[in-house]
Amino acid sequence: MWRGRRGLLRPSGCGVEELRCRRREREAALRKARREQQLVSKRLLRDEATEEAEGGRVVVILGEAQIQEFLRLAQRGIEEKERERALVSLRRGLQHPETQQTFIRLEGSIRTLVGLLTSNKALLQLEAARCLHELSHSEQSAVAEACLPATSYLLTYLSGHSSDFISPHLTVLEALGYALSQLLQAKEAPEKIIPLVLGSTLPQHILQLLQPGPKLNLGVAVEFAWCLHYIICSQVNNALLITQGALTTLGLLLLDLAAAVQRTEDAGLELLVCPVVRCLSNLLTEAAAETVGGPMHLQDERVLAALFILLQFFLHKQPSLLPEGLWLLNNLTANSPSFCTSLISLDLIEPLLHLLSVSNVVSVLVLTVLCNVAEKGPAYCQHLWPGLLLPTLLDTLALSDTEVVGQSVELLQLLFLYQPGAAQAFLQQSGLQALQRHEEVAQLQDRVHALQQTALHG
Amino acid sequence: MQLPPALHARLAGAPGAAAPLPVQRDALAGNAPFRFAARQVRFPREHEFFEDGDVQRHLYLQDVITQVAAEPERPRVPEFTCQVAGCCQAFDALEDYEHHYHTLHGNVCSYCRRAFPSGHLLDTHIQEWHDSLFQILAERQDMYQCLVEGCTEKFRTSRDRKQHLVAHHLYPADFRFDKPRKGSRPASQVSTEAAGEDRAPSEGDAMEVCSEHAEAPPEPPRERRVYGHRVPSTICFGQGASRGFKSTKKRSKRP
Repeated sequence: MWRGRRGLLRPSGCGVEELRCRRREREAALRKARREQQLVSKRLLRDEATEEAEGGRVVVILGEAQIQEFLRLAQRGIEEKERERALVSLRRGLQHPETQQTFIRLEGSIRTLVGLLTSNKALLQLEAARCLHELSHSEQSAVAEACLPATSYLLTYLSGHSSDFISPHLTVLEALGYALSQLLQAKEAPEKIIPLVLGSTLPQHILQLLQPGPKLNLGVAVEFAWCLHYIICSQVNNALLITQGALTTLGLLLLDLAAAVQRTEDAGLELLVCPVVRCLSNLLTEAAAETVGGPMHLQDERVLAALFILLQFFLHKQPSLLPEGLWLLNNLTANSPSFCTSLISLDLIEPLLHLLSVSNVVSVLVLTVLCNVAEKGPAYCQHLWPGLLLPTLLDTLALSDTEVVGQSVELLQLLFLYQPGAAQAFLQQSGLQALQRHEEVAQLQDRVHALQQTALHG
Repeated sequence: MQLPPALHARLAGAPGAAAPLPVQRDALAGNAPFRFAARQVRFPREHEFFEDGDVQRHLYLQDVITQVAAEPERPRVPEFTCQVAGCCQAFDALEDYEHHYHTLHGNVCSYCRRAFPSGHLLDTHIQEWHDSLFQILAERQDMYQCLVEGCTEKFRTSRDRKQHLVAHHLYPADFRFDKPRKGSRPASQVSTEAAGEDRAPSEGDAMEVCSEHAEAPPEPPRERRVYGHRVPSTICFGQGASRGFKSTKKRSKRP
C-alpha cells in the first residue's frame, strides 16, 4: 500500500528481538479485540499505529472555520506549495475524532475533497487521499454514508483511467478501497450499506479491479478483495455477484496468484490470496454456483493446481492460512466428482497427506477432503490405495486429538466399505491396537467399536 | 510438501476438467454411528475460523497507518519542461510530470486538441462531436451513450444523459472530470466538456463530462464570451487548442 512511500518505519533504537516482541504483543491485542468483537474498531487500528508514528506529537483539533480555510486554500490557493500545506494541516487535524465530526458536518466538505481527489495535481491528489484515509477512521457511521456516493463517482472516474494508471490514481484507488473496506465492516453494514453497494455499479468496478493481468495492482487489489470478502460473507445477495461473473474473475485471479508466487517470493501476496480464497470458498456454497454447465460454474482443474501451489506457499510463508486454503479445497471437492477425480489424476493425494503433520486443525481438514474423495465409491478408493494412506492413518490414530481421530475413523470406514483388502491390511498393520486407546473416549467409542467389528468380520 | 512437477505445467495449460470417475455409493456409508457426509461449508464474518487471517490483515493495516501518518518524502529532480510541442510546463518532480502528461497529452482529440482522461471518453467525444452522421442519427434516435463503461443506457439529449449520471450513477450534481477552479480559468485543466466556443453540438453540452454550475443560475453570457478566447498566461499551447472554458450556455448548433 502507498507504493513509493513504503519504508519500514521503526522507532529508533529498536533491535530485531524487540520488534518481534512488539509484533507479538500487537498480534495478541488484535486477537483479544477480535474475540471481543472489537476488531473492526477503528480506534484500535489507529491507537496502536499512531503511538509509534507520532511519538507524542499532539494532534490539533480543528474548528469549523479552520477547516473551511484549509479547504479554501487547498482548492483555490495560488501556489501549489500553499495548497499542499493546507491539505497536510487538514490531514493532521483529521487524525482527531472531533475534527472528523466537524468535517463531515460541514457542507460541501466531502464534495471539495472529491474534487481534490480528482484534480490534475498529483500531490494534491495524494494528500487528499491521505485525508480520506484519516476520515476512514471515524467512529461515526455518518462519515461512511457520506462517502458512499462519492465512492461510486470516484471509481467511475478512476476506472476511466484503467488503461493508463499512474501513481496518484493508484494511491487514490487504494485509499478508496481502504475507506470502503472500513465502511463495510460497520455493524450496520449488512442491513444498510451492503444493499446500497450491491445496487450500484460498485461490484462491477470492484471485479474489474480484480481482473488478473498486467494492469493488476497489488495494493489496490488487496483493498478491494477485502471489500468483496466483507460483502460476500455478510450474505446479502451473493447470487447477484455470481451473475456478474465473480466466480470467474476470482478463479482466474487465483490462477494468476499461483503463477505469481512461483515467480517471486514477494512478501505481500498472501494479503491478496487470503481474501480471494475466502470469497471463492463462500461463493461456492451459493445455489447459483451450482448450475452445472452454466458459464458461472467453476469447473476448471487448473484451480486445483493453483490451490495446491498456494497451499505450499502458505506452508512456507504463512502456515496460519493453511486452514482457509483447505476449506476452499473442501468446498471444491465436496459435491464434485470432477474435482475429486482431478485430485487423483493430478497426483495431489500424496502432497495432501504430507500436510497431516502440521496441526490438528489442518489434519482434520485434510482428512475431510480425503473423505470427500473416498465417499464417492470404489472407483475413487481404488486410487487412494495403497500408497501412503494406511501408514499415515495409523499415525493419526496414535494422536490424542478427538476430532483428528474421529475423522480418521470415518475415512477408514469408507475405505473398508469400498476397497477390498483394506480391512485386511489394516489388521496386519496392528490397526486394532491403534484403535484400542480410543475405546473409552466418549465421542469416539461408538465409531471405534463399529470399525473394529467391520475390520474383524467384514 | 513436494508437488508433482507436472502441476506447474498444468497451471499454465488450457482450461479443462477431468472426466469424472463413476460415483457409486453404498447405503451403509455414513450410517450411524458414523457421521460423515460430504458438504460445503460457509463461514460468516465473525466466525473464529477467520481469526488468523483477520489478525494478519490488521497487522498489515497498522503498519500502513503508521506510514500514512508520517510525512512523505518527495524526491525532487532538477527542473525540466514538458517536451510536447507547444507545451512549456515545468516540473521538478517526476510524479507531477507523469500526471500532467497523461492528463493533458494522453488521450487527445486530433480534430480539436481537447484532452480527455481516458480513451473511452475520447472515443465518445469524437463520435459525438466530429462525426456528422452522429448528429443526423441523433435526430431520430437515442444516441447519447451513458459515460459509465458497462452501462448500456442511451439518451436523446446530453442533458438527459447527465441527469441519468447524477441519478443512477450517483455523480455529484456538479461533477466534472477536469479541475477548473471557481472564478478562474486555469490553463492546466483538461476540458472534457462540450462548451468550447468553436463547436456545441445540439443541445447544451454533448460530451458533458464537465459542468461547473449545474443547477446554479447561469453566469451572464457576456462574461463568458470575454473569457472565451483568452489563454491564461501560466501555460502556453501553441496549437490553438481552446481548453478549459466551461460554460453551460447553449451555443449555436453545429452544422
